[in-house]
Amino acid sequence: MSSTEQGAVSDDGDRASAFSNTWEPSALEISRRKVRKKQNQRNTLIAIFSTVVVLGTLITLLVTSPGFKSLTDTFFAWAYGVEVLPKIILGFSTNVLLTIIASTCVAIFGMIIALTRTSRSPALLPFRILATAYVDIFRGIPMLLVILLVGFGIPALRISGLTNNVLILGTAAVVITYSAYVAEVLRSGILTVHPSQRAAARSLGLSHFQTLRFVVLPQALRRVTPPLLNDLVSLIKDTGLVSILGVTDAIRAAQIASSRSFNYTPYVMAAIIFLLITIPLTRFTDRTIRRSIEKQNAQGLA
Amino acid sequence: MSAPVLEISNLRKSFGDEVVLQNISFSVPVHTATVFIGASGSGKSTLLRCINLLDSVDDGVIKIDGEDITDPTIKSDQVRRKLGMVFQAFNLFPHMTVRKNITLAPIQVHGLSKDEANARADELLNRFGLMEKADQYPDRLSGGQQQRVAIIRSIALRPRLLLLDEITSALDPVLVNEVLSTVRDLKNDGMTMVLATHEMGFAKQVADEVCYLEAGQIVERGSAQQMIETPQDQRTIDFLKRVHEAGRL
Ligand SMILES: Nc1ncnc2c1ncn2[C@@H]1O[C@H](COP(=O)(O)OP(=O)(O)O)[C@@H](O)[C@H]1O
Ligand SMILES: [Mg+2]
Repeated sequence: MSSTEQGAVSDDGDRASAFSNTWEPSALEISRRKVRKKQNQRNTLIAIFSTVVVLGTLITLLVTSPGFKSLTDTFFAWAYGVEVLPKIILGFSTNVLLTIIASTCVAIFGMIIALTRTSRSPALLPFRILATAYVDIFRGIPMLLVILLVGFGIPALRISGLTNNVLILGTAAVVITYSAYVAEVLRSGILTVHPSQRAAARSLGLSHFQTLRFVVLPQALRRVTPPLLNDLVSLIKDTGLVSILGVTDAIRAAQIASSRSFNYTPYVMAAIIFLLITIPLTRFTDRTIRRSIEKQNAQGLA
Repeated sequence: MSAPVLEISNLRKSFGDEVVLQNISFSVPVHTATVFIGASGSGKSTLLRCINLLDSVDDGVIKIDGEDITDPTIKSDQVRRKLGMVFQAFNLFPHMTVRKNITLAPIQVHGLSKDEANARADELLNRFGLMEKADQYPDRLSGGQQQRVAIIRSIALRPRLLLLDEITSALDPVLVNEVLSTVRDLKNDGMTMVLATHEMGFAKQVADEVCYLEAGQIVERGSAQQMIETPQDQRTIDFLKRVHEAGRL
């Protein structure tokens, strides 16, 4: 099926009538529509029924189970949750700040590393080797280890002029690790741009740098937008790991509150706050992925 | 007559152990077209890529307007500014509109202002009947339209020499003519060109010289009339017979 046909089918059924204004559906089509409508109604009913039965059973089982009371008291003490909410939100602002700063730095470093690794220039060979080693190492170490190494290790060096601020060190650790991930995503995007695109650009007289900037990178970035958005969602969650250094982020704030009251509702509140950001972003990512797949399919058919 | 636009002597090119071009010598005077014919794999694309410095040569000299471009100290970007190249697979930039495809190099390489470049692009699009496609993306165009845009993109730089590599081979037969007529127009304007093609009828119309390439060597050369109607070398005769049987004469 060609892309134009697909468009016509998925857009609106009315388009067919644009060919002649006098078209009326035939008796056959009308009876088919009736059957289809009935089928749809039946399917909707089945879906509603099955959902009610399954969810209803689960909820009933949960609520009537012997531990339900202590469960709600321990994790879902809403009044207490609302009480500690301001502290957790204040902590979450640290996560947001950290995400903004880290993602900016990661975009820059990741791009530099990716460009270095995909370059062909002999002068850059040592940098290519370094970049490859960097990516191999930091993609292979758990980020928590990097955070501990940087956050506790660097102050232990006692080098004057180097910061002991755990927030800065924690951010640096996140940037170090994510730059390695993002560099690989960007590199794979650059490599998927067909060499003939470079040849065409170079034969127009564009320099190596101009070819990258106007031809290769725009196409590469378009292709890796979905995986980059996935990485952004992970990054937001992983900023919580710096709480191990004593940074008062949402998780640390919840931990403080929880250790005072021996109640775990603050953790649940922190989880909800994270979800409020990550779920919409994940949905947005899914939509972007679907669009880019549709676009690629359309190009394949053209 | 003034110095030829392109002058190649004793060109040799190999990929590893495989010699792809050898003893290639020819020159292309200004306002003329030299057409290379030959079977797939005979080295036509490699020859054009060497002229455009997309591939490096093993030996021999390529001169453009008397300047030796095989000199290793030459700036390849500067050389390419004098050359236009159109590929078999169009190679338009899919993320740019037709107009942007055409104006990218004039703006970035030749330093034209956006207005000047747009004016030049629109003039060419108008002339070749593609004005209504100016703001479309390449994937909305037919193959023939895409290839004509690719031709316009390369001549927007006002090149000294245009290299056309089997520009109709990827096209539906019904779309071939619109592309060939664009090239004929350029030839009539006086564009100097080197072409690789399988379209013998077209070769006869535009070529001032036809060279038959086999296994990386020029086996026979002559005027279009002589080469296509009364070839002398048995290998040329056999090749033309095969092309004829494939229905392309
Ligand atoms: N990049 C390359 N590496 C190795 N061999 C190549 C390369 N490009 C072309 N060749 C070889 O060179 C020969 C000539 O190819 P080509 O110039 O594309 O021929 P044509 O355009 O006439 O079909 C072929 O045998 C092909 O396999
Ligand atoms: Mg070829």
